[in-house]
Amino acid sequence: MAELLQLRNIQKSFPGVKALDGVSFTVRAGEVHALMGENGAGKSTLIKVMTGVHTLDSGEILLEGKPIQIKSPQDAVSQGISTVYQEVNLVPNLSLAENICLGRESAGFTGIKWKEVKERAERAMARLGLNVDVRRPLGSFSIAIQQMAAIARALDVDAKVLVLDEPTSSLDRDEVKQLFEAITKLKNEGMGIVFVTHFLDQVYAVSDHITVLRNGNNVGDAPIDQLPRLELVSMMIGRDASALESERVAKDPIQSTSFIETQDMGHSGSVEGVNFTIGSGEVLGLAGLLGSGRTETVRLLYGIDSANHGELKIDGRSASGHKTSKAIASGFGLCPEDRKLEGILPDLSVRENLTIVLQARQGWFRKLSRSKQDEIVQVFIDSLRIKTASPETPIKNLSGGNQQKVILARWLAANPRLLLLDEPTRGIDVGAKFEISALIEKLRKEGMAFVFVSSELEEVVRSCTKIAVMRDRKMVGMLTGEEASEEKVMSMIAGGEA
Amino acid sequence: MKAIFTKERLPIIATSLVCIAIYVAAGLKFEGFFSLRVFLNFLTDNAFLGITAVGVTFVILSGGIDLSVGSMVGCTGIMTAVLIQNKHLHPALAIATVLLFGLLLGCGHGLLIQKFNLPPFLVTLAGLFLARGLGLWISKESVQIDHPFFSALAGIKISLPNGASLPISAILFLVVLVAGIVLAKQTRFGRTVYAIGGNESSAMLMGLSVGKTKIWIYALSGFCSALAGVVYTIYTSSGNALSGTGLELDAIAAVVIGGTLLSGGYGSVFGSFLGVLILAMIQTAINFDGSLSSWWTRIAIGTLLLIFMLLQKGIEVSARRTSKKAGH
Ligand SMILES: Nc1ncnc2c1ncn2[C@@H]1O[C@H](COP(=O)(O)OP(=O)(O)OP(=O)(O)O)[C@@H](O)[C@H]1O
Ligand SMILES: [Mg+2]
Repeated sequence: MAELLQLRNIQKSFPGVKALDGVSFTVRAGEVHALMGENGAGKSTLIKVMTGVHTLDSGEILLEGKPIQIKSPQDAVSQGISTVYQEVNLVPNLSLAENICLGRESAGFTGIKWKEVKERAERAMARLGLNVDVRRPLGSFSIAIQQMAAIARALDVDAKVLVLDEPTSSLDRDEVKQLFEAITKLKNEGMGIVFVTHFLDQVYAVSDHITVLRNGNNVGDAPIDQLPRLELVSMMIGRDASALESERVAKDPIQSTSFIETQDMGHSGSVEGVNFTIGSGEVLGLAGLLGSGRTETVRLLYGIDSANHGELKIDGRSASGHKTSKAIASGFGLCPEDRKLEGILPDLSVRENLTIVLQARQGWFRKLSRSKQDEIVQVFIDSLRIKTASPETPIKNLSGGNQQKVILARWLAANPRLLLLDEPTRGIDVGAKFEISALIEKLRKEGMAFVFVSSELEEVVRSCTKIAVMRDRKMVGMLTGEEASEEKVMSMIAGGEA
Repeated sequence: MKAIFTKERLPIIATSLVCIAIYVAAGLKFEGFFSLRVFLNFLTDNAFLGITAVGVTFVILSGGIDLSVGSMVGCTGIMTAVLIQNKHLHPALAIATVLLFGLLLGCGHGLLIQKFNLPPFLVTLAGLFLARGLGLWISKESVQIDHPFFSALAGIKISLPNGASLPISAILFLVVLVAGIVLAKQTRFGRTVYAIGGNESSAMLMGLSVGKTKIWIYALSGFCSALAGVVYTIYTSSGNALSGTGLELDAIAAVVIGGTLLSGGYGSVFGSFLGVLILAMIQTAINFDGSLSSWWTRIAIGTLLLIFMLLQKGIEVSARRTSKKAGH
């Protein structure tokens, strides 16, 4: 196969961090090349170097054998490298159609031809199996659709190389399937595709070749069939992976009285028929496809939307007129789905981001002492292996997965009575997912209650003591104990009565 | 109908309604307010404000601000007058010179903001002082322009029925307005401006030419304010270094009343036109009344601004709610 894009001996440092230390990477025409590594390994940095966001310190880039310089993302596009970055990088105020075509709209004498823009965007979305009103502003769509729009934009140009940095982090199975079909088609047309993900299944489903990075170094480079799963994980984390696969611990149910009870709770148009109880020491999983009503249920519990039928009882009292302020007063916490918009305070340090909720709960006038803050931060940096130059680094300089760990740690540190976790492990690597499960298990035993939303069924089954299954904005069943298995949940989601 | 009353259009609809309400109310109260001549005067008397506001709209849409436009009007006005009157330059050449000057000064703002990542507020505040100082240095006194070509230029007008007519300044205003609307809606430049206002770093990662566009935005604003300065000299047949004092604030008020968000990304050039019209009507109504003092204009504008800010906030909040709820 012909070498399409070659990166040789790339070095890139940020103040205090050597993000890439002599990395080489080759994409050939007609292959899907998976770029793997733990959070903070340097994957996104490598991608930003090859697409002109960062300038490299040293090393060279060759496109079809010729040395090239990539000065800006715009330059990268014009040289034939099309990219979807890790965070959705589109503009919320313009329509979905414009977001797909912006900068390359067909224009005539009277300016942009809007009809063509709309049709082109519809075609691009249809290629990914989506039929949505492309005239609506992008910001009004879910993150999943936004992510699909970003992918559609990248597919909409004639590129030689397509770079996808965690494109599937908020997609569910069907959308991933559509994406993979599109990728396979492009690959067969001779495009070179770079694919970053933390989902091993997906890697083995589409990739031809794997490059593994660890701490900014190449540690592996092999065709997919020569790199079995366990070996890949060991390579990524730099120690034996078999230790990770701790057997599923039997979840001894904690005897507790439930303090939350919902009866047929719902909100017209968003979710209905929600029936469950939550007690301390319980982890309630919400399983279902995207748009099945999981996030909406979380929003009802946290009082962002208020239920307009059914009932929500907290501590036996009916919580009519439930509001966020009341939820907080009852000791609830919410780790939101969209970290870029609702989670991080980009310019504040890791320490400040991590302790802010704890501080707020304590009251702003009773300042947490600095030594106390440092102590808490260190505990979480160690236990979740947050990779940061120092606790004082601005959080925006952390890799995506490490930012997510900080946001999660923020809530775990606050030790709420009930913690609502909406896709808390988005973009987090395999190793760290196990550590998070272990931490949740520990806090659960100490009496904390959780509501856990994740698209990854394996994770839901691993962490939860019981699972509410949602389908089409309705709760369709509750599984506990031995019943709560992946197969069972799957068949309920699919609609086959189990 | 559904397509017309979308969330994004609400500010512009609100502005239109306010505009019509004021017009009708004033028309019913004051005799002769409804005449075509009065309406054309809105355009003529506020042409320089309107032209400035078009440029400022682009700046604000991109999430920036331009405070220098008022002093630019004064500076380019006195420059035009002195070039024609004292330096005996042909008016056409003089006008071309000051327009180029405005464009370059705006470019300068843009370069500083873009290359050194300086805050637009401070860069253009410096521009405000520089342009005003330069104007006063050129001449403290107002300079009367007396040149046949210039008089001919000032005399150009389009005659309309009932003895009304559209003078050159109003014509220029309308031309700039239409050009601005087309630029914002129908060109890549315009759409990039919206994208920058929506999220600058995303726009960059999307491969848009953010840097170049930002420089052009300020150049455009500089050019518009220079043209406004020229229009002002035509309107008064003289140049005065102190004219246009505080105009930047009127322009910002017009843009915001017109529904453009100060944080960028949302709004329209046509909205700013309505904003200018509203300011013009309030002023005219107060003149018609005769018994109200001129500060009532300011009070009315202040009140309107407050109302519009609250309205925008309300829309923002409810839009955020529904966008979350729309979910999938
Ligand atoms: N702009 C920046 N300033 C300073 N340090 C940075 C910056 N961007 C990345 N880094 C550092 O470079 C290292 C590599 O980060 P990178 O984003 O490439 O990781 P990643 O492999 O993409 O991880 P993830 O799986 O979490 O997305 C991290 O230690 C990160 O803190
Ligand atoms: Mg990354």
